[in-house]
Amino acid sequence: MSLLEVHDLTVSYTRRGRWGRPHARPAVHGVSFAVEPGEVVAVVGESGSGKTTTAQAVIGLLPPNGRLDGGRILLGGTDIAGWSQRRLQAVRGAQIGLVPQDPANSLNPVKPVGVQIGEALRIHRRGDRRTITRRVVELLERVGLPDPEVRARQYPHELSGGMRQRVLIAIAVALAPRLIIADEPTSALDVTVQKRILDLIDDLRAESGTAVLLVTHDLGVAADRSDRMVVMKDGRIEERGATRAVLGAPQAAYTARLLRDAPALRAPRFLSTEVTEAVEAVEAVEVPEAAGAARAAAATGATGPTGPTGTGAVCEPPEPAVVVHDLVKEYRAGGRPFRAVDGVSFEVPRGTTHALVGESGSGKTTTARMVMRLAEPTSGSVAIGGAETAGLRGARLRALRRDVQLVYQNPYGSLDPRQSIADIVEEPLRNFGLGDRPARRERVRELLDRVALPAAVLGRRARELSGGQRQRVAIARALAPGPRVVVLDEAVSALDVSVQAQILDLLGELQRDLGLTYLFISHDLAVVRQISHTVSVMSKGRIVETGTTRQLFENPGHAYTRALLAAVPGTAHRPAGQDGTAHRLPAREGAARRLAGQEAGR
Amino acid sequence: MRPGLILSWALIVLVALWALVPGVFTGYDPIAGIPAEKLRAPGPGHLFGTDAVGRDLFARVVHGAVNSLSGAFVAVAVGLVLGTLLGLVAGSVRGALDEIVMRVVDVLLSVPGLLLALTVIILLGPGTVNVAVAVGVGSVASFARLARSEVVRVRRTDYVEAAFGSGGRFAAVLWRHVLPNSLVPVVALAALQFGVAILAISTLGFLGYGAEPPTPEWGLLISEGRNYLATAWWLTTLPGTVVVAVVLAASRISRSIGREDG
Repeated sequence: MSLLEVHDLTVSYTRRGRWGRPHARPAVHGVSFAVEPGEVVAVVGESGSGKTTTAQAVIGLLPPNGRLDGGRILLGGTDIAGWSQRRLQAVRGAQIGLVPQDPANSLNPVKPVGVQIGEALRIHRRGDRRTITRRVVELLERVGLPDPEVRARQYPHELSGGMRQRVLIAIAVALAPRLIIADEPTSALDVTVQKRILDLIDDLRAESGTAVLLVTHDLGVAADRSDRMVVMKDGRIEERGATRAVLGAPQAAYTARLLRDAPALRAPRFLSTEVTEAVEAVEAVEVPEAAGAARAAAATGATGPTGPTGTGAVCEPPEPAVVVHDLVKEYRAGGRPFRAVDGVSFEVPRGTTHALVGESGSGKTTTARMVMRLAEPTSGSVAIGGAETAGLRGARLRALRRDVQLVYQNPYGSLDPRQSIADIVEEPLRNFGLGDRPARRERVRELLDRVALPAAVLGRRARELSGGQRQRVAIARALAPGPRVVVLDEAVSALDVSVQAQILDLLGELQRDLGLTYLFISHDLAVVRQISHTVSVMSKGRIVETGTTRQLFENPGHAYTRALLAAVPGTAHRPAGQDGTAHRLPAREGAARRLAGQEAGR
Repeated sequence: MRPGLILSWALIVLVALWALVPGVFTGYDPIAGIPAEKLRAPGPGHLFGTDAVGRDLFARVVHGAVNSLSGAFVAVAVGLVLGTLLGLVAGSVRGALDEIVMRVVDVLLSVPGLLLALTVIILLGPGTVNVAVAVGVGSVASFARLARSEVVRVRRTDYVEAAFGSGGRFAAVLWRHVLPNSLVPVVALAALQFGVAILAISTLGFLGYGAEPPTPEWGLLISEGRNYLATAWWLTTLPGTVVVAVVLAASRISRSIGREDG
């Protein structure tokens, strides 16, 4: 008998229409699957596919406007669909544990974490106060938190994201449930932390035989961690089966497309332009320090674009599009200075993409903002197209803005909700006084066409568009003043994989057609690998390694780079030899341990 | 649309019509009374009854709407415009200016509204317009505080930074992005403040600082009816009910505005 069997599950959400008339919108149609004891079943899908709704329905925690319309949920043979909340309370925690998505908001900020873990035990009356206290410490130790007695007395804000997620896992496993539902348990975490959390879930499962229902948008995670998977789209199951079989020979066209688009799994060829070839010719194999990186990058700029064609030419080497030298940003935190960016130097040859890679807090976004002059550097210099940007004010600063444009991570926040799309794209043209009104309108149409949006969106508001469409609008706005450099700050991180792939293709096409230079800020190595020519890896405000993308991925010099690469999900299933990257390096264990130490020290 | 909200809008529209075309709703003269018909209880002839000099109370309430409502409009306009402007400047410039403006606002907020309005009236002298201005000045502080908090929030959003990034000048970005996106809660407060202003103007009218008798004004009506509280309950109760109903309607509408985009 299966541990969990879901038959023909149908869920709908009720919304109030324009005149307050409620209407039901189905979110999940006839979904059936089973979870056997001790196995991991991944529910994979893009946003809006109904994967989270399915998980919520199983544990009886649908939002107030959600309704279970039909189907059976058999937990160990008992149908729990339609049980009252009261009856379900005996099931939750004891038989089904839940690991929620967002570690930042899932813990009560005014209670120590130990009390919150103890709550699960108290509610289900497992022992007196002394036993509970002891059990809490055991649990904290079990989920790999150092100094569990101290942690138990700490408040959530004193813990890092990874540690909070461990606490949430401790709550989920407190009563040794037979099934854990993990809803995007690592989506909000850095990739190295994600790996350790997933390892922890794996360990717990191996030890106690708990089954896991893993809800994720990340095919890489599903590929690495699940025994079987269920692929969902628009509330229906597209495909289900053993993970290996689904990934090896997908039956549904949708699964095949997802696999093609997932950057971690598609492992394309490196961008191999003349520029990178030239760079490789001159560059040292390993560049351990930032200073060396700058020198190497300088060499890149000098030989890059002219290298293959300008043999023996005596002409001046063209200026690199972006030169960043010894950039420092210092914040004062509680009286003592904190260096968010510490002596960062790099150069970006014209017409290429340079990626700044790092985990949260590495200073990559701050660096990008200083390049844009949206933040003032404490010291150091930035030159765009040979012109220093320091000290520019008023009209000269605005002139710089024509040359350098930024695309933000979150397409939901970077477009004014009250403006029409036409106004949004036209805004830079108005600001810079480029052309009269009809000419500007014409240019807006051109730009929308350029980013493959229909003219029908002109009059719409941002909220009427999908995430991918919004990001296209943001790109069109960035292109409007005719910039030479575009800074892409996690520009595809908030998008579903298939949309992500489309936007990356668009960016590549625009670069080739318009000769744009990109500074690409990302935490996602798989995406970086696809789009960039050269990469700098940042950690704690410093650049630890710089090189061409191929070099960095195939022969990473720094331990941190190796740890990052090893943590990219989906690597376990990539056919060997396709990319030649040695992902499972023995050195990664040491690096991972050191990172764990950093996490604990926070 | 909830029924309560529809009712609220209907009431506000009705009262606005009273102010615009009072003649449609009543045939009686609000000033000249018929002594023979004094102190009649509410009935078919006189919907709200009559007062001590035989004037139809309903006619006086209908004709009084224009005084009370226009006063409330002026009061809200003064508060809204001045308050939003102060909040916008303080919230977007920040620094010393922000500190100064907000400390002044703190001082204004610490003085009871009615006392503040009375102080202003003593400075300006009594009169319908002056009362309205006085009530408006009293609400500047809360408008400024709310507008500033919204401006500070919007100022930090990506789209405002993007607007500066695409070459926008300070004033243009404020006008095009910051102001429109900060206004929703401010407008909701304006609707709420409309009710409060009617109440405040009526209070000041009751205290004798507003319109001069025999002008029909809601606060003044209640004040005049006070002398007959024991014998003619309708003189205070019915105009009072109208005021309460309008204030409640404004507050209900305000709540719906706050919810729409939030």
